Amino acid sequence: MLSRVADSLYWMSRYFERADNASRVVEATYGLILNPAKFSTEERWFQAVSALVRGSGATDVDPQHALFLLVAEPEGVFSITKCIGGARENARQVREEISSEMWEHLNKLYHEVNGAELRPDDDAGAMRVVNVVREGAYRFHGITDTTINHGEGWHFIQLGKYIERACNLSILLDSYFSVEKSADDLDWVGLLSSCSAFEAYCKVCTAELKPERIADFILLQPEFPYSVRYALDRMHHALTSISNRSLSRRTGKIERLIGRLRSAVTYVQIGEVIRGDLHTYLAAIIEQCRDLHAAVHEVYIEYPIEVAFES
Amino acid sequence: MRYALPGCNRRSTMIIDTDAPGHSAGEAFRQYEFNGSYDEMFRSMDLPRKQYRPLYTQLLSLGSDDLRRSKQEADQSFFNQGITFTVYGSDKGTERIFPHDLLPRIITAAEWETIEKGLTQRITALNLFLKDVYHDAKIIEDGVVPAKIVYTCKHYRREMRGIKVPRDVYVTVVGTDLIRTPDGKFVVLEDNLRVPSGVSYMLTSRRVMKHIFPALFRRCRVRPIEHYGQVLLSALKSLAPEGRTEPTVVLLTPGSYNSAYFEHTYLARQMGIELVEGRDLLVHDNIVYMRTTFGLQRIDVIYRRIDDDYLDPLVFEGASALGAVGLFNAYRAGNVAFANALGTGVADDKAIYAYVPKIIKYYLNEDPILENVETLLMSDAAQRDHVCQRLDQYVVKAVGESGGYGMLIGPHSTEQQRSDFRARIIAEPRNYIAQPTIHLSTAPCFVDGTIEPRHVDLRPYVVYGENITIVPGGLTRVALRKGSLVVNSSQGGGSKDTWVLQN
Repeated sequence: MLSRVADSLYWMSRYFERADNASRVVEATYGLILNPAKFSTEERWFQAVSALVRGSGATDVDPQHALFLLVAEPEGVFSITKCIGGARENARQVREEISSEMWEHLNKLYHEVNGAELRPDDDAGAMRVVNVVREGAYRFHGITDTTINHGEGWHFIQLGKYIERACNLSILLDSYFSVEKSADDLDWVGLLSSCSAFEAYCKVCTAELKPERIADFILLQPEFPYSVRYALDRMHHALTSISNRSLSRRTGKIERLIGRLRSAVTYVQIGEVIRGDLHTYLAAIIEQCRDLHAAVHEVYIEYPIEVAFES
Repeated sequence: MRYALPGCNRRSTMIIDTDAPGHSAGEAFRQYEFNGSYDEMFRSMDLPRKQYRPLYTQLLSLGSDDLRRSKQEADQSFFNQGITFTVYGSDKGTERIFPHDLLPRIITAAEWETIEKGLTQRITALNLFLKDVYHDAKIIEDGVVPAKIVYTCKHYRREMRGIKVPRDVYVTVVGTDLIRTPDGKFVVLEDNLRVPSGVSYMLTSRRVMKHIFPALFRRCRVRPIEHYGQVLLSALKSLAPEGRTEPTVVLLTPGSYNSAYFEHTYLARQMGIELVEGRDLLVHDNIVYMRTTFGLQRIDVIYRRIDDDYLDPLVFEGASALGAVGLFNAYRAGNVAFANALGTGVADDKAIYAYVPKIIKYYLNEDPILENVETLLMSDAAQRDHVCQRLDQYVVKAVGESGGYGMLIGPHSTEQQRSDFRARIIAEPRNYIAQPTIHLSTAPCFVDGTIEPRHVDLRPYVVYGENITIVPGGLTRVALRKGSLVVNSSQGGGSKDTWVLQN
């Protein structure tokens, strides 16, 4: 597969996952704001923005416009509409590689979201967009899994999706646990629904909301699709499948990185993590995901020419 | 269903019984007017040509609501398949569906035979001309084509002198534009020997039409065109450097912002070859590679949909990022083949066009089967004066342009445009030719709920592989605006499915 094509599939998938994640977080936050509680609206939005808009100090968030910023801000790199646009643009570059069903669905979603033409004060309109994206995401995942060959391209799509998810979940956990002491049950429901995890959590751990159990579920649960461990396992599977095909050379670094990442969530108990420094632990996961991204890029996408001629 | 057949004397009282009462011939064709052009469907009103009779019958039995529904269905199908082209210069909604007319254009087996022979002859001669021009230039030495015209051509590529191209095939894909004059003869309007496009519209519109008019297809016995992908792939493979038994063929596109990007993805998929961009390529020791996740993979044949100028910044346009550095040297070394070869534009220059009949005679010692349109060269003083005084009667074209750009249609022009062109011609006579205004033939089109005649041309696609193959069909382009003679898609033209009938 052409390196450029693999890269576009990977980014299509990352952008899509980013939009999907943002829509869930925004929906959960909006739900929390409607209840009177300890945290002010400003604090809620601040939390959401810092979980979604990376690199921003996020201190200057205007609560009146936070929703618009996250959903439709035309200048905002991280707004949901921008992310859907990014996914579509990457898909457009590789239209011959994805199925027409995938393209049609993504294209339709893009037009639906962009056609909304929201005003900054239109909360109901913004929430409609959020809902469209969340529904659209489930469908897109389904179409992707059922309409293309599960070959190399599909594995790059999987890799993009789960590396984005692992990072997003880690950031989200960090943002909720940084204010753990003052959080109440409603907040924990908010966290769980940000990961589509409320019902699944109740099935496994009952509706008793204990922060440690919740962290365990979102971080270490191997069988739930929106847990960090699940995402890392899928990444490992995708990376192994890709390297098996490419008969390559130099995948050692990638194997080391993903191996270390997985062991960090596999051979650990939640008690140790919580008693230690959760923030540092999560930051390490994010950092290593970044390294992994860079390694994949270097081995499969932009490898130096000299290396290519060595083999 | 009863018909008075043409040729019997009951013509004036022709009876038409249709399966669906209430629709008379008058209703379906009420808006149909003749304007002196050859009409593809009718000899005269109420007298359809034989090959069109099944269609005619069908149209009489359908109401305009049925047609409108079919039209919607067809448009929807084009849209869903993403058969769009990009409109430059507009910000929103840059992707549009290619305007498509519902009614097929029909060509008889006998007509097709002439076209096929004529094009084969013409392309053979033009290919020999290209080889000659870039090697010994005997045709110039013998005084058949003036050196000045050849060497001043914008698309002449000095770098191609003395380079041997695989199997001496310069033009692998050609799209020649034919028109039909009022006496019913097909003549050549333009040769496209560089990167002709539009073939994907021919192929996709056939698929849609089969879905919409299945019964008509069966009754008419339409020859298939679906094997175009196989024909093209085997022609491309035949160019592979010697010893490369399992050649890697790729299609080189300028990228997703190009107006023909849909076609590039479509053809790559039809042939099962990789669609690459310049940034995927790299050249090392005069060998071309593409960057894959497996590592570098050698490329043997490049079907390039990029103009000569942008292929290699070392040799041509220095700022171009569409091609790849070193491609031309790899080509010169014979390690990779291009289709079409570089420099083929010299043979479709509109001033060279005027010499094509002589070129055919020179190389093949045959008279051209398909004639040219009378062409006046503005570099010739007497012809220039003649035309400049009668600009309102001529069509003036810039020699190196295509797509309907740089063109004056005399009878439809304003005084301002004419004086503008007069000045341009006098400033750069070599750059212009003039042709008398020709009334392209008309064919019935479904426009705004009625059937009306519109001007059409025909672009068959010629593939030069082991031998010359022309899939029976082509792109019939339609000037959808009433009275317009310009069929280019960039200028408001559309297309029709083209049916070539079995003998």
